[in-house]
Amino acid sequence: MPLVTRAFIKASLLYLVLALGLGVFQAAQSWLGLGLAGLSAVYFHLFLVGWVTQMIMGVGHWFFPKYSQQLPRGNEALAWACFWLLNIGLALRAIVEPALSAQAAPLLSGLLVASAVMQWLAGLLFVYNAWPRIKER
Amino acid sequence: MPRFSVVAIRLALLYFLLGISVGALLLVNKAVLLHPVLWALLPLHIEFLLIGWIVQLVFAVAYWIFPRYLNEPKRGRPALAWAALICLNASLLMLAIPALAGWGLLARGLQAVAALLLAASLWGRARPTLTGVARAAQQTPSQKE
Repeated sequence: MPLVTRAFIKASLLYLVLALGLGVFQAAQSWLGLGLAGLSAVYFHLFLVGWVTQMIMGVGHWFFPKYSQQLPRGNEALAWACFWLLNIGLALRAIVEPALSAQAAPLLSGLLVASAVMQWLAGLLFVYNAWPRIKER
Repeated sequence: MPRFSVVAIRLALLYFLLGISVGALLLVNKAVLLHPVLWALLPLHIEFLLIGWIVQLVFAVAYWIFPRYLNEPKRGRPALAWAALICLNASLLMLAIPALAGWGLLARGLQAVAALLLAASLWGRARPTLTGVARAAQQTPSQKE
């Protein structure tokens, strides 16, 4: 299993734990007398982007048919760029989105835009690398 | 990888691109309000990513890697898989094109039909992988020759 796949899979496992942990926190909020808003969107994205999509990206990078004999898994540097953009972008969203719900601030808005752009670029890089490997032979 | 999986995975990747593009737009709209009407795209973001990306990708990969039958067609009846793919993508297009906004019930019906066809296509292939001995025992006399 290539190193970048291991990184994707381990990060996805961490996001699964984080997502379900956040689910517990959300359920306990009223019990604890807290009222943090903006957590539902974070919960769904930690689960579906951090866990499901990241697992697909990691396993796909490992499992899809070879790109070529010289570069069996396509451009490895692009796969790493995808990994870092996705994880930094998603972590940024998880922190900034609830903070922005609590208090509007231009810095927080800018960081949320940066998070959107990073995650979108990560997706673009994944598709760019995977597309030529989806073939019959 | 069979041709069916090539087509289905590429369609899944296209829906992934569409879904994350809508998602990025929605997140930017949350940070800096571009236009309130953009929130109407939220159901499309969910539909593209859950059905177009995840369901379609899982189906395509399962069709590719699940244990194959000994006799042709080794991946089951291809018509079932293609019909599921057509129903799934037709429903997504109906939900995505504003001019077809009144066709929601038909789109949901097509998704349900796609799910049935998908299940029928994969059901028999969810079985133990045959070892060499078991494979030889199941082969017909003409296959053994």
